[in-house]
Amino acid sequence: MACPTHLKYTKEHEWIAVDGSVGTVGITDYAQSTLGDIVFVDLPKVGDAVAANQTFGSVESVKAVSDLYSPVSGTVTAINTELATAPDKVNEDAYAAWMIKVDLANPSEQDALLTAAAYDAFIAEETGK
Amino acid sequence: MTEQTQQLKKTALNATHRALKAKMVDFGGWDMPVEYSGLIAEHMAVRTGVGLFDVSHMGEIQFRGPASLDAVQRVTMNDASKLEVGQAQYSALLTGQGTFVDDILVHKLGENDYLLVVNAGTKDKDFAWIRSQVGAMHGIHLSDYSSYYSQLAVQGPRALETLKKLTKTDLAAIRNYRFVFGEVAGIHNTLIARTGYSGEDGFEIYIPSDVATTEKAWGAVMEAGAEFGILPCGLGARNTLRLEAGMPLYGHEISDRTTPIEAGLERWLKMDKPVEFVGRASLKALIDAGGPANRLIGLEMVERGIARDGYPVLNEAGETIGVVTSGSPAPFLKTNIAYAYVPNAVAESREDVFVQVRANRVRARQVATPFYKRPKK
Repeated sequence: MACPTHLKYTKEHEWIAVDGSVGTVGITDYAQSTLGDIVFVDLPKVGDAVAANQTFGSVESVKAVSDLYSPVSGTVTAINTELATAPDKVNEDAYAAWMIKVDLANPSEQDALLTAAAYDAFIAEETGK
Repeated sequence: MTEQTQQLKKTALNATHRALKAKMVDFGGWDMPVEYSGLIAEHMAVRTGVGLFDVSHMGEIQFRGPASLDAVQRVTMNDASKLEVGQAQYSALLTGQGTFVDDILVHKLGENDYLLVVNAGTKDKDFAWIRSQVGAMHGIHLSDYSSYYSQLAVQGPRALETLKKLTKTDLAAIRNYRFVFGEVAGIHNTLIARTGYSGEDGFEIYIPSDVATTEKAWGAVMEAGAEFGILPCGLGARNTLRLEAGMPLYGHEISDRTTPIEAGLERWLKMDKPVEFVGRASLKALIDAGGPANRLIGLEMVERGIARDGYPVLNEAGETIGVVTSGSPAPFLKTNIAYAYVPNAVAESREDVFVQVRANRVRARQVATPFYKRPKK
């Protein structure tokens, strides 16, 4: 599945969609596929601060737990509460099942993120052994 | 790393798994499917319908010759003299210290003819160890036939109805832990055993390991099970199924650092069988000295959090008292369960413990194992 081109990506397999000063963050389809059936998503609270490249929560599948890394710094303005009861939404559509919305403290941090093409290439490198 | 060490072993169904787009992992040096359609769906298929596993990575070691029973008795902890022809038993190979070399199934194929099914990752070690213990005995012939067999596990409440379509053998007449030889999917002399590692009814069949025969058997079982919603199942579901069903896994609950006593496997440890077996003297000394200090217990997480292999177990005061050996969400029970070693006194108290789940200390209660028991018919 090719990555949506309107999003930016991290090497930790998160995506972000930026609209004005608000970024919406989730994990990529590659990430959900690698994890397998997701059973638990642990998210911060609204009002919490997140920092670029720092963990903001975790996602657990039957097999493993994996940290979530924020692509940007800022303040959490919303969390996807649906994931508390239906974490499998992430498996169904990783790009629809967003996790947090962040009021960006430093919009220029986006420049350090990967484009869809760069992220695709990164995955190809990771899996293409 | 050399090219050779990177080369994973493949079962005869490797192309089949890849065509099914299975997620593949390195498991004990084998390129094996961990899941196909999804671990939870595969797990539920086995609990409620039927699932098919490629377990051809398992090893098969045969003991033949007039001294074969004596040799099997020497290297295993269960009493193989109790086996009838066509019967299998759970057993283990123990070190001189009474810890595990591996856990195994012993099948009595005939008089003076035993087949030991061993774990994939330990097979070479097991075979070398067996040879070192009994290889010089008079009247024993040991063979590693692992590469000669493909092994398929058909597991679940609809396993019998599925396999029934492919054989004239009366499957219902095969009791638990018994086996017969019959024709399955046109393949003659197939060893059909009513065994498994899922906690459900089911069969394990052993067929020649060539690709054509193995693919034919796999395809026939998938087709026969279609009306029951059969799913190909990977090692991920195999692990969660065995954990729910309270079955130990080598490298986790049992290892060369644990004995059958602390692992709660005394039922298969026959200290008084007629032959002195390797490890017995050490276990006798351990029992005489009051037994092992720790005990394997079942845990169910009370608070939100999933225990994972290797996570510390703490007491109310926050002191580390043990370790999780296997932990996972239980897809059928829909709770988070774990096996852990804790001191005897803690196990006997039945009191709640805590698992250090990353940054959080999560309460867990001690529960009886197996966590899951299949409903009686």
